[in-house]
Amino acid sequence: MGGNEEKIREVAGRLLRDGEVNLIIGHERGTLPLRSSPCFVTDPEDLDRLIWDPTCDINLAKYLHGRDERVGILAKGCDARSIVVCASEGQVEMDRVVILGLPCHGVINRKNIESEIAGREILEAIVTDEIITLKGEGFEEVLPTETFLDDSCMSCRHRTPPVYDVLIGEPLPEASEDDGYAEVNELESKSAEERWDHFVDEISNCIRCYSCRDVCPMCYCKECFVDETMPAWFGKTNEITDTMIYHVVRAIHLTGRCVDCGACSRACPMHINLRALTKKAEKIARDRFNFEAGISLEDTPVLGTFKQDDSEEFII
Amino acid sequence: MNAEVKGSGPEEETSSEGRWEPRIIAFLCNWCSYAGADLAGISRLQYPPNIRVVRVPCSSRVSPYFIIKSLQRGWDGVLVSGCHPGDCHYISGNLVARRRFAVLKDMLEYIGVEPGRVNFSWVSAAEGDKFSKVVREVVNRVRALGPAERLVKVG
Repeated sequence: MGGNEEKIREVAGRLLRDGEVNLIIGHERGTLPLRSSPCFVTDPEDLDRLIWDPTCDINLAKYLHGRDERVGILAKGCDARSIVVCASEGQVEMDRVVILGLPCHGVINRKNIESEIAGREILEAIVTDEIITLKGEGFEEVLPTETFLDDSCMSCRHRTPPVYDVLIGEPLPEASEDDGYAEVNELESKSAEERWDHFVDEISNCIRCYSCRDVCPMCYCKECFVDETMPAWFGKTNEITDTMIYHVVRAIHLTGRCVDCGACSRACPMHINLRALTKKAEKIARDRFNFEAGISLEDTPVLGTFKQDDSEEFII
Repeated sequence: MNAEVKGSGPEEETSSEGRWEPRIIAFLCNWCSYAGADLAGISRLQYPPNIRVVRVPCSSRVSPYFIIKSLQRGWDGVLVSGCHPGDCHYISGNLVARRRFAVLKDMLEYIGVEPGRVNFSWVSAAEGDKFSKVVREVVNRVRALGPAERLVKVG
C-alpha cells in the first residue's frame, strides 16, 4: 500500500493533464487522527493531497453517482467491485470512468483501535502496512496493523480489483481461505428464538441515523423506502419492529449486490454489527443463485433476472 | 402528508369454543390461484375459514413490503400463491417473484421469524382441490406456531 502514493499521483496527473479525465476521486488525510476523507482533484497542482494507506476506508464508488464528467477513481478491490455492480445496474457509465486499481492489504477498523487504547484521546496517528503508531497526552502506543484490520478485510478474497483500467502496484495473491461466513453459520445453527433475541439485542441500539445507508454505494435510490411518505410503508420510529424492518429490508435490497466492503459497519456510531445481515445477503446470493457480486461487467442483477430451474424447495 | 400505511390489522378471532384462531392474509394471483379458490368454492370443497384474500394481478405484484407490513400489522401468517412456473399470464412474473420470495423467506427466517409464518404456493385455476389443501396446510402450520409476536408492532 504505502510507497504507491507517488505512483498514484503520477498516473492521476497524467490522466488529468492529458484531458482523459476531468476529476480524480481519491483519499486525503482527514482532520482527525486515523481518519481519511474523500478527495476530489481537478487541478494537477493539488495532486499531493492524495494519500494511500490503511486509513483509506471509504468506499469511493459512492461518489460516482450522478456525475457527468469523466472521472478517474482510485479503487480498492471492494470499491472496484462496487463500481461494477453500479455499472451493471445502469448507474455508472463505464466509458466515463477510469478505474485506478489499488491492490489492498486491508483497511483499519478505527473503533477497535479506539477501544484498545481505552478512552485516551489520540492526537496523532501514523499508519503503515505494518504498524500503527498512536500518540496522545502522555502516551505513545505501537500496534500491529494486521490485528486491527477491519473484519471484512480479514476475509477479503478480492484484494486485487477484478476490474481496472490501470493497476497501481503489484497484484496480490488472494490469501484468505476464510470465507467470512463463520458468524452467519453460527447464527444459522441457533434456534429461531435465539436468533430473534440476538437481532433484537443488536438492532435495538439503532438510532436511525442512516449512516449505513449513506456510505453504501448500492444505496442510491432517490427516495429510500423508509423515507417514502406516499405511501409511508414503514414507521420512522425507534420502535424495534420499525428498525428491524429497516435493516432487514436493506439487507434484502443488497442481496446479490453487497460486496462486503464493510463501510456500513465502520460507519455505524452505535457499533452495530451490520455485517451479520449483509454477509447473510451475500450468502443467499451465493448459495441460491451461485452468484458473487461485482466480478464481471457482464453480470445481470441477481434479483432482476431468473432461471427456469431456480430452487423452489420452499414452495408448497 | 405523512400517512403511514395502517392497512387493516386483523380482527381478533376465536372459534365457537373460544379457542384462538390464526388469522392469515392470502395474496392470490388473479389468473391462477384466485380462480383456484373460486373453483374450490364452486366445488363445495371445505377448507378452514382463517384466510382473508387479497386479489393481485400476479404473484410478482406482491412486494416484500406487503408481506413484512402484514406481519408488522399483526397477521399471524401470510400466504402468497401464484401460477405454476411456465404458466404465468405475464410470461415470467412468477419466476422473478420466486427469486424475490426465496430471498425474503431466507432473510426473515434468519432474523428469527418462525418458518411457517410466510408461505408460498403455486396453485392453478384447475386445482381447487390443491387450493383447499394448501390453505389447510398453512393454517395448520400457523396454528402450531401460535399467535405472531415477533415483528408485530404494538400500538
